[in-house]
Amino acid sequence: MTASAKTAPSKVREPWVSTSNPCHQCRPLGATIAFQGIEGCVPFLHGSQGCATYMRRYLISHFREPVDIASSSVAEKEAVWGGGPALLKGLRNVTEKYGAKVVGLATTCLTETTGENLGMIIHDWKKELETKPLSGPTPDVVPVPCPSYDGTHLDGFQGAVRAMVQYFPEPTAPHGGVALFPGFVSPADLRHFREILSAFGLAGTLVPDYADRLDGPALAETGPLPEGGTTVAALRALPGSSIAIELGKTVQESLSGAALLESAWKVRRRRIGLPVGIRESDAFYSILEEVSGRETPQELQLERGRLVDACVDAHKYLSGRTAVVFGDEDLAVGLVAFLTEIGIKTTLVVSGGRSGRLESEISRVTRSFLEKPPRVLDDADFRDLEECEESRTADLYIGHSKGYKLSRRRDIPLVRVGFPLHDRFGGQRVLHVGWKGALQLLDTIVNTLLERRQEDSPVGYAYQ
Amino acid sequence: MIAPNVFEERTGQILVAGQAGSISCEQPSLSGAVSQRACVFCGSRVVLYPIADALHLVHGPIGCAAYTWDIRGALSSGPELHRLSFSTDMREKDVVFGAEKKLELSLRELIAKYSPAGAFVYSTCVAGIIGDDIEAVCRRVEKDVGIPVIAVQSEGFKGSKKEGYSAACKAIGRLVGEGDTSGISPLSINILGDFNLAGEIWLIRSYFERMGIQVVANITGDGRIADIQRAHGAALNVVQCSGATMELAKYMEKKHGIPFLRVSYFGIEDMAESLYAVARHFQDVDWQVMEKARELVAGELAGLLPEIKELRKKLQGKTAAIYVGGAFKAFSLVKAFRHLGMRVALVGSQTGTEEDYREIQEVCDPGTIIVDDSNPLELTSFLKGNDVDILVGGVKERPIAYKLGLGFCDHNHERKLALEGFEGMRNFAREVAATVLSPIWKLVPRRIGNTTSGTVYSTDPVEGRAS
Repeated sequence: MTASAKTAPSKVREPWVSTSNPCHQCRPLGATIAFQGIEGCVPFLHGSQGCATYMRRYLISHFREPVDIASSSVAEKEAVWGGGPALLKGLRNVTEKYGAKVVGLATTCLTETTGENLGMIIHDWKKELETKPLSGPTPDVVPVPCPSYDGTHLDGFQGAVRAMVQYFPEPTAPHGGVALFPGFVSPADLRHFREILSAFGLAGTLVPDYADRLDGPALAETGPLPEGGTTVAALRALPGSSIAIELGKTVQESLSGAALLESAWKVRRRRIGLPVGIRESDAFYSILEEVSGRETPQELQLERGRLVDACVDAHKYLSGRTAVVFGDEDLAVGLVAFLTEIGIKTTLVVSGGRSGRLESEISRVTRSFLEKPPRVLDDADFRDLEECEESRTADLYIGHSKGYKLSRRRDIPLVRVGFPLHDRFGGQRVLHVGWKGALQLLDTIVNTLLERRQEDSPVGYAYQ
Repeated sequence: MIAPNVFEERTGQILVAGQAGSISCEQPSLSGAVSQRACVFCGSRVVLYPIADALHLVHGPIGCAAYTWDIRGALSSGPELHRLSFSTDMREKDVVFGAEKKLELSLRELIAKYSPAGAFVYSTCVAGIIGDDIEAVCRRVEKDVGIPVIAVQSEGFKGSKKEGYSAACKAIGRLVGEGDTSGISPLSINILGDFNLAGEIWLIRSYFERMGIQVVANITGDGRIADIQRAHGAALNVVQCSGATMELAKYMEKKHGIPFLRVSYFGIEDMAESLYAVARHFQDVDWQVMEKARELVAGELAGLLPEIKELRKKLQGKTAAIYVGGAFKAFSLVKAFRHLGMRVALVGSQTGTEEDYREIQEVCDPGTIIVDDSNPLELTSFLKGNDVDILVGGVKERPIAYKLGLGFCDHNHERKLALEGFEGMRNFAREVAATVLSPIWKLVPRRIGNTTSGTVYSTDPVEGRAS
């Protein structure tokens, strides 16, 4: 339990020992997603075969793309005598057959508990290569510890990002590029970040960028690995960046890649909330203005203009409505910020995350608008959510598809955002960030409420 | 060479029907090969999950419970406790100091809240490594709460899915024999190895009931603890998905003297033969059973065959590939595709035995590739090399097919379409047609004939566009 969970909210929460219907996934899952964002990388789990397979299924259901995650397939023998030899064999196999240029190597609860030492195994691997060389180039092996019993999928994601910054950077002359740490966002979000940077005339490196690997085109010829991802060369050159922009303020310092880039390579770091909604996006664009030395380009300013215009058009449909928001912490903060701006009152925020910062972040984005911030539960599950009175009275749920069951039972509509979206099509294309993303969210939210009102109406107006 | 992307260590796990040789199987997955297999926990979860009035508590870190939360179409006609996800959500301190106390408190609070008819506690990798005595906790709680509380030894790393099936069978075995068997008909069966995906077990039950046969326990689709406890009162065990529940059938034969039959409800011949085999078993008790079975089959086929014939006209000459979890499904699918006039180029399974693969070899046409425990790389090569039109598999295989631009049929646990029984064959045929005959294949890069990943436009003439 984090400090915040022990304070105000936990007093009103039933003291359950067990977790029911979780609102988070385990740590290695996040690491495998982050590693998809490096060009030529094969995510590799050192653990039991089931972890890789379950996570592949979970990710495939969301992204609808091939998601290959290798496993060392640790069995009883390896659990007792050590999984080093199995891992060496696996590293060789993914290199020879998948042509891995990078192996994103994460431990799991099993190998963390048996005390496997990745550093030592990688050392053995290098020694083995001296006597038994590979037929092609040697891949970079990026290790990251992922004890599933400590933290959530978000910690796994951030830990893998930090591991990249630990591993790749080399002394590089300043090149003026922007190192953007986007956090766990959708492929559509990553593409939009690229568009925005390029509109400002900025060269940027997204750490990481899995947009093309987890949302790729139809192909005539498929190679063993999907194309796309941040290149190794770009990761090596990170120290030459003019600035590191980190999106998401609940990222723990010890897991922050941007923090490491700042401390180890003296790259100036700016940390802001995930740019969801008007104000949080404004903060992002204003940093880009500062870095690029130019005003926000006209086409982007127009996006903001259209967003505010639409919010005005919509405000009476939204006034007095209440919402419950659940999911990953940084996304939840951004969503609450936006809901607050458009006049929807968030009454409850629930996350499985446990950064300890959720409550203060929610307070930050609501205090200039609301007298009382919404109730915040972190380190929580759907049973906690269900037991809160606010979840009965809300007009709207906003979160991932695991909230559908409660939404159905309570007959409260669910606006689907974030991850996972297992019960809808196009989860990888949901745009959340920037003014453009906010406008799309607004349309979805307004239409969800209008549809409900229309269905509930005895008249059945054909105009709204 | 069969395919260019086969791992050297795996060449023994691939063979070609009609050529000499036997397959190497039941091996641990090759490290780094991206196996499509899961783990021991998965095997146990698959078998026990559909028991709808039981509490299913996963003792481990959150992942194992999160990834198995309501992900299967195993329907219930009553309680739906199985569709919730319960975990002890182990944290670092639990791993360091042990989590038996947490497990016990979790069990007690959940049993008090949900009043289940029984509880299964699944052990996971970490629970096994730190040595929590789950058995002892379960015994202690069972004594107080008055329902069966059963430890499932499903530590992920202790083998493959098969060892998980075995752990689940042992857990079910503990229940059998505990209930009252009065009032059970001499014409009675248990259905083993059907998980009621998309309501399939209801269909199969209705067939047996139309033959005058009582179904005592569904094991485990739409399953109930009390039914399983009196399953030893049935006269016969009818076993599908033999890999998963054969051990239980053998145990019940030895312990309770119940004979068993191996069946499959997929495809026309196998479905009909399943009913006939059960009828033959009971013909000395009641000669009318066979007659009823014949009537039933004839009636069902009268409706089904004309439609199959129509679809066959459209599907004739198309090519299929099959990659499924258990081998039993593969036999039936090969025959089902024959009814549709389609060639099967590839048959594979995650967990087939030597005997399974021998049978597959016999049923397949010469030239069919047979593969054990494959991976995306190999499957991609096989699909491309054989100009396949449809892959039958599970969600993990779906993107392999779609990315290559070919059709797909979900034949795994997530399916929402009943594929068993005569009705299931009709659904299957429609499903195959729906995907194989889609117009989109005319527009995918693979079919336009280009060899690069660049943009290529359709050559089909479209009105109003310059050609």
